[in-house]
Amino acid sequence: MPALSMRLTQPRLLIDINRVDALKGIGLEAGHVRIGALARHVEVASSPIVRQHLPLIAQAMPHVAHIAVRNRGTFGGSIALADPAAELPACALALDARFVVASSKGRREIPAADFFKGVQTTARRSNELLLETLIPVPQNHMPVFLELARRHGDFAIAGLAFQLLLEDGIVADGRLVYFGSEDRPTLGRRALAAIRGQQLGPAAAEAAVAALAGDLAPMDSAQASAKLRLHLQGVLTRRALAAARARASEQPRIA
Amino acid sequence: MSEERVPIKLTVNGENVSRSVPVRQHLVDFLRTELGLTGTHLGCEHGSCGACSLRVDGVLVRGCLMLAVQADGSEVVTIEGLDATGEIADLQAAFVQRNALQCGFCTPGMLMTAAELVRADTHKTRAEIRTHLAGNFCRCTGYHAIVDAVAAILDRRANRGGKHV
Repeated sequence: MPALSMRLTQPRLLIDINRVDALKGIGLEAGHVRIGALARHVEVASSPIVRQHLPLIAQAMPHVAHIAVRNRGTFGGSIALADPAAELPACALALDARFVVASSKGRREIPAADFFKGVQTTARRSNELLLETLIPVPQNHMPVFLELARRHGDFAIAGLAFQLLLEDGIVADGRLVYFGSEDRPTLGRRALAAIRGQQLGPAAAEAAVAALAGDLAPMDSAQASAKLRLHLQGVLTRRALAAARARASEQPRIA
Repeated sequence: MSEERVPIKLTVNGENVSRSVPVRQHLVDFLRTELGLTGTHLGCEHGSCGACSLRVDGVLVRGCLMLAVQADGSEVVTIEGLDATGEIADLQAAFVQRNALQCGFCTPGMLMTAAELVRADTHKTRAEIRTHLAGNFCRCTGYHAIVDAVAAILDRRANRGGKHV
């Protein structure tokens, strides 16, 4: 709707899918959580399934927009729009989600890693509709979600969604996803390599921050320069790893 | 170019409404121009400012982010409706008492949003009130007096066991 109001898009045909029941709901099936494209943000935020099985998304939801937008905005809408500052595409990538899209020719699944192509650009073809998101239930991962925005609920200028697999305080594996600074949610591969096998602590955090420059090439905008965004992603990385370390020591066995 | 129109039926503030609307018209333009309900304001028209807040099928929404045709079959409540039922009479009085408005442009949206909070009848901290109202911009008062007014009504309603005048 904002794009229509600003005349950024002038479709010949606009189809309202709001009342298609098959696209609604959140369910737990065979080791993964299914989130229908029309699941409202307010439903995702209050879902016991999400809280229990997808704590990363539960952490992210309070950052998603404001009450009036959460009442009507949808999970699928956020994924399909693919705004670089959006929280849910980043979470989907961190959780290795798959998106089910369909056209009259049939349906296919697209992994999150192949879906986001750039600013509001995805691998969904123009004749395809996003039906649902399938997210494998993560085992033994520690989620950390952080973002920086000028005001609560505003678009993030930097943010991260981490899934860390910790074994006795050592980073065994994980996925570090950065958003808000790049044109799409972006995996911090070098940052992860810098901390894999390392004890979670200040030295590992500095190694991750140093490696970030090789992972990220932030966008420059009036809101924040590329240099500032890279700096902020480093600040968030230190905070996230410190939070993970603190939580791991409180709770040595993360279920 | 003649514009395509679609017939819709809905209730607005409890009254049945049937109209033929242009497919491109958003809900607030419909309410303001077709029904003369000008209490709902338009600020940014892209979902940022909150001046257009409405209650549709029981929940708060951005009126500028919905087309009128999408409201077919819905129950729409505007600030005029909330005013008429007295649901927020205490909140309105508190806004006046505490100078929670200056120019008044944001006030209908602010009241619609605050109404969603106070009708839940649960205690909220000032920080929670601010978070709830964060999607509504006011460019005059600086929010402090608005939060005061909402906090006062939350306290008063809690003391009356959730009942309001």
